[in-house]
Amino acid sequence: MAQVQDEQLTGAQIVVRALLEQGVRHIFGYPGGAVLPIYDALFNQDQIEHILVRHEQGAAHAAEGYARSTGQAGVLLVTSGPGATNAVTGLTDALLDSIPLVCITGQVPTHLIGSDAFQECDTVGITRACTKHNFLVKDVNDLARVIHDAFYIATTGRPGPVVVDIPKDVQFKLGRYAERSDIVHKTYRPQTEPDPARIAQAVELMATARRPVFYTGGGVINSGSRATELLRELVKLTGFPITSTLMGLGAYPASDRQWLGMLGMHGTYEANLAMNRCDVMINIGARFDDRVTGRLDAFSPASKKIHVDIDPSSINKNVRVDVPVLGDCAAVLEALLAAWKARGERPDVASQTTWWAQIDAWRARRSLAYQQSGESIKPQYAVERLYQLTRDRDTYITTEVGQHQMWAAQHYHFDQPNRWMTSGGLGTMGYGIPAAVGVQVAHPGSLVIDIAGEASVQMTMQELSTAVQYRLPIKIFILNNEYMGMVRQWQQLLHGGRYAHSYSEALPDFVKLAEAFGAKGIRARSPAELDAAIVEMIDHDGPVIFDCVVEKLENCYPMIPSGAAHDEMILPDAVDAVGVSEAGKMLV
Amino acid sequence: MNTSNQPASAYFLVDDQERPRKATLSVTVDNEVGALARVVALFSGRGYNIESLTVAETDHQKHTSRITIVTSGTNEVITQIMAQIGRLVPVHRVVDLTVEKPGVEREMALIKVAGEGDRRAEALRLSEVFRARVIDITHTSFIFELTGTPEKIDAFVDLMIPLGMVEYSRTGVVAIGRGAEAQ
Repeated sequence: MAQVQDEQLTGAQIVVRALLEQGVRHIFGYPGGAVLPIYDALFNQDQIEHILVRHEQGAAHAAEGYARSTGQAGVLLVTSGPGATNAVTGLTDALLDSIPLVCITGQVPTHLIGSDAFQECDTVGITRACTKHNFLVKDVNDLARVIHDAFYIATTGRPGPVVVDIPKDVQFKLGRYAERSDIVHKTYRPQTEPDPARIAQAVELMATARRPVFYTGGGVINSGSRATELLRELVKLTGFPITSTLMGLGAYPASDRQWLGMLGMHGTYEANLAMNRCDVMINIGARFDDRVTGRLDAFSPASKKIHVDIDPSSINKNVRVDVPVLGDCAAVLEALLAAWKARGERPDVASQTTWWAQIDAWRARRSLAYQQSGESIKPQYAVERLYQLTRDRDTYITTEVGQHQMWAAQHYHFDQPNRWMTSGGLGTMGYGIPAAVGVQVAHPGSLVIDIAGEASVQMTMQELSTAVQYRLPIKIFILNNEYMGMVRQWQQLLHGGRYAHSYSEALPDFVKLAEAFGAKGIRARSPAELDAAIVEMIDHDGPVIFDCVVEKLENCYPMIPSGAAHDEMILPDAVDAVGVSEAGKMLV
Repeated sequence: MNTSNQPASAYFLVDDQERPRKATLSVTVDNEVGALARVVALFSGRGYNIESLTVAETDHQKHTSRITIVTSGTNEVITQIMAQIGRLVPVHRVVDLTVEKPGVEREMALIKVAGEGDRRAEALRLSEVFRARVIDITHTSFIFELTGTPEKIDAFVDLMIPLGMVEYSRTGVVAIGRGAEAQ
């Protein structure tokens, strides 16, 4: 043991040791020719558990689910060529949602690079645009340092995916291991502490606000539990209303009176109108995404805007702001709280009362209302029942992408961060099942549910096999309307009701499909049988596909139509109130 | 009946009223494999324009290179370009030499002109006016080396075209801030 310093390890052993030193206990992967030495090194140890997925995209999404539910980096290991290209969708997803991933890819031996060798692709070239950073390691003595750098870059600043591409000969070569060090990176130094002058300006604006609103995003959750606590304290102390993006759900408890619900294209009436009419907007860790702003020239025209972000390129990218604050959400919130307390400011009670009265009037529109009537299950009702029957449990929710995702965001309410895993920026259908696998690996005793659509779920259905293999009791709750619902909704609203290729013909029998995988299948068709079926799903100790057959043509409202402003949203009752018949809706 | 004033797209079309300007950006990067590719890919990936690009290692000890990029855009776009470049991991710093630290810019060109008689004499005479050096000579051709601002090179090339310019090659702009300090 004395000669650790001079000890020579193979590249593959260095990889495993570096992962261990970084605290990695689970990795998601798929073997292949160019990573076999690393698989060999994994075989000879038992501290890192490897989860064998069925497709590399699944490995990436599983690592994302793991990362988002734990706050740690997710790790995946894939082979060269198709292994790497299959992971690209997941890497891009992680880049757009700022999820820390470290992806280790095998590469053909260095002397074959550039020769179009078997299973060769230019991995660093292909992944340059879909990672925060990437590395090709040609010298085994660089390997340990590069892996430590990869974790550092992935998890600090604005988090994101990092690829480490390792040629096969480097995995075999002997080299020195380098321990993780705290040496400051020579170029990469994210600014986390805010400028005090900007904090003072922000607090000044907040103190004089008459119609303030907090608009928070995934940055608060990425920043960690401390940021969530500080946010809650600041919101309570100021008494201001708060809304959040899809990515930020759970940072502030949905059960609280100051919570306005999600904002954006399918956000609540009160959240979007509060954004539209506010005089001071406090954006913490959100990025003015087009799904949030709607038409830019009509976005919150009268407000002064404070924007807290750790990424300088997010500031003034889409929306010009008045007080940019560069820094980590927790550090900024801490400073804002301290400054607010030091001022001894109490919000202007009279104008706050007027503002809240206005908000309550908007709330009274009940923009998420729906009518559960008749024999078929409304999708909103299904999510609502699922929420009621699981809210008191230790539950994590993942989703696919589409109408069901928005209904889940609207009707499943989150009081805690890291409980909601959804593909926001990239909108990746097929995210939910593998993400649920990743979450369940990190939280073996918890209830993990993928709220899914019958179309999305077929994109990565094979990962159910992973769940069965590792006895991961994930629940796949499919809102089955036989349509790519959001595509159909857009075709109805924007393309004259021409439903080109959005009807799912030849759907599998999901109950039998579950059984074929060795999982349990449950189907519910009527509201009367729904509750008992959900309870049966929860009680089953193993993976379940729940085929919830819902109303086929239900639309997701409210909706800010494409290119419209926040105050031009379509409300569910308004569609009927103006007398639009089923046939008429075809023409909208 | 998509006849409302809503476009049939979720994206909004923004008319940028501001006038674009030219900007010369000086980017110091770690001289590692792919550093240049990252910067260039950023321009193509985000739809920015590169008018000229030069790159070479400038500090052998520290392995840093300086990339000089001439681009154009509104102030908002230039700021965004600089923020995007600045967050690339191997980038040390980005300076706008047109605004932040007004700098001097030079470019070099090699210009081949073929001809005989009066045209040949005229080409040589003009090259003296422009202080171009003759670096290759045959009975029927010259190669001139010319250093100056991009405008000066443009002017010289315009004059050489009717005098028998065959081809020319230029380096793109290199620039550096004025004054005693490094950026």
